Amino acid sequence: MATIVQFENVGLRYGPGAETLSDLSFSLDEGAFYFLTGASGAGKTSLLKLLYLAQRPSRGAIRLFDADVVTLPRERLPGFRRRIGVVFQDFRLVPHLSAFDNVALPLRIAGVSDDQLRAPVEEMLHWVGLTDRARAFPATLSGGEQQRVAIARAVIGRPELLVADEPTGNVDQDMATRLITLFEALNKLGTTIVVATHDVDLLGKVAGAQMLRLARGRLVQPESLLRSPSRSVG
Amino acid sequence: MTRPPAQPQPQARPYTPGSLLPQGRITGPMPWVIAIMMFLTVLASAAGIALDHAARTLSADISDRITIQVAEADGDARARAVRRIVTLLGETEGVGNIAIVPEAELSAQLAPWLGSDMKISDIPIPALIDADFSVPQDQRDARIATLDRAVKEINAQARVEAHATYLAPLARLVGAISLLSFGSVALMAIATGAVVVLAARGAHATHRGTIDIMHMRGATDAQVVRLFQQRMMFDALFGAVIGFTGAVVVILAVGRSMAAVASDLVQSVSLPAFAWIFLPMLPLAGVGVAWLSARITLQRALQRSL
Repeated sequence: MATIVQFENVGLRYGPGAETLSDLSFSLDEGAFYFLTGASGAGKTSLLKLLYLAQRPSRGAIRLFDADVVTLPRERLPGFRRRIGVVFQDFRLVPHLSAFDNVALPLRIAGVSDDQLRAPVEEMLHWVGLTDRARAFPATLSGGEQQRVAIARAVIGRPELLVADEPTGNVDQDMATRLITLFEALNKLGTTIVVATHDVDLLGKVAGAQMLRLARGRLVQPESLLRSPSRSVG
Repeated sequence: MTRPPAQPQPQARPYTPGSLLPQGRITGPMPWVIAIMMFLTVLASAAGIALDHAARTLSADISDRITIQVAEADGDARARAVRRIVTLLGETEGVGNIAIVPEAELSAQLAPWLGSDMKISDIPIPALIDADFSVPQDQRDARIATLDRAVKEINAQARVEAHATYLAPLARLVGAISLLSFGSVALMAIATGAVVVLAARGAHATHRGTIDIMHMRGATDAQVVRLFQQRMMFDALFGAVIGFTGAVVVILAVGRSMAAVASDLVQSVSLPAFAWIFLPMLPLAGVGVAWLSARITLQRALQRSL
């Protein structure tokens, strides 16, 4: 299996204090499903920011899609970002855009015309069960609905890498299971998935998923990341 | 679970901002500030052009005009001197359009002070001879001095007065006020740019969340800048049109008032035809300043983020 992400001795420091992430060395396989776990403050969100190119590391090397993204010129980042889907912990839906327009955002940015994006956006909204909420604004959507809009927005561009930060943190257990099922379906279509969560119940729900565990900014037992879940949710 | 749809192939056509920013203005009071700036800019420009036009007209009128004053008390001697001086002027190179100011005209000009029933022959009023004196600028003073000596040889009480000598300070004052007007226009253009910079920074800060989302979804700086720039340009255009319209109304009203004043000096202050081509360009220039200011400000702000 090809490597889609490779970290080598990566460290991240915000300001003059101690490193938030230290000595991270690991690789992610293309088409695999990863859970990123760790206690609050362990550095999960910071690691995800490095993955979705919202942050550059203070030291070390990161290769993404076979390119050195640490030294990549800023002007070339948008092209890489279009290959990554991101589900933010706080959804980050654009408040004055409807669910339809929020989902359409990545396609509009990619230059797809309104005529061409209508069908795929409607299909995606149907996929996440929000067809009848297409014209609703985020403020009128429930937490679960907002989460699904955020997921639809993240995956509509068929990203090669999907990064989700605590995607089940604001939904009930039933919705969490449904969301993980959505991710698993996407993964089966070839997208590499990284889900940050501290919900241990999720970890056993995806067959073949692997686990990255962070503690105080360092990977714990990096040499034995593979975990075989006892069951999967179909 | 159905298969998620494949992304359509992106087209070459440019991205259209659509409704990515909230409806309505994104720049707060900026359009109204620009309206006020444009109002003042158009008025200052119109004043500058009109005064510049007046100064040029005045300069052209006086630069080659002289008057020979014969302040001889004896009427017969004065008449003889006038005849000889006219002959002298006629033989002098560069002098033309010689005209003795009629006594009736002198009487009319003096009537407000001396009364209309006075007889001009009763008082020793100087005789006046107007003439054009067209010589190169660098020879003017020397040639006038030579002519002055020549007329004094005819009559010691005669002297040559160049109109430029006593009207030049006025022309310079009008020119200086004109320059001041254009200086004001330049300052207001800078102030307009500063207002747009502040508005652009405000809009950037207010919509930072949307910008971050766009960036994370792969938007380029150019796309984000274009999005804000277009909206800011429309806001600026709105203000510029309002300000320009108000200023034109004022200019037309002032023009009508000035036309009613029977003064050569006041009537020389008028807008030449080219002003009506130049003034409508000001709102367009204002929008251009806004466009450029917004672009530079936003580009700098975006480059501070990853």
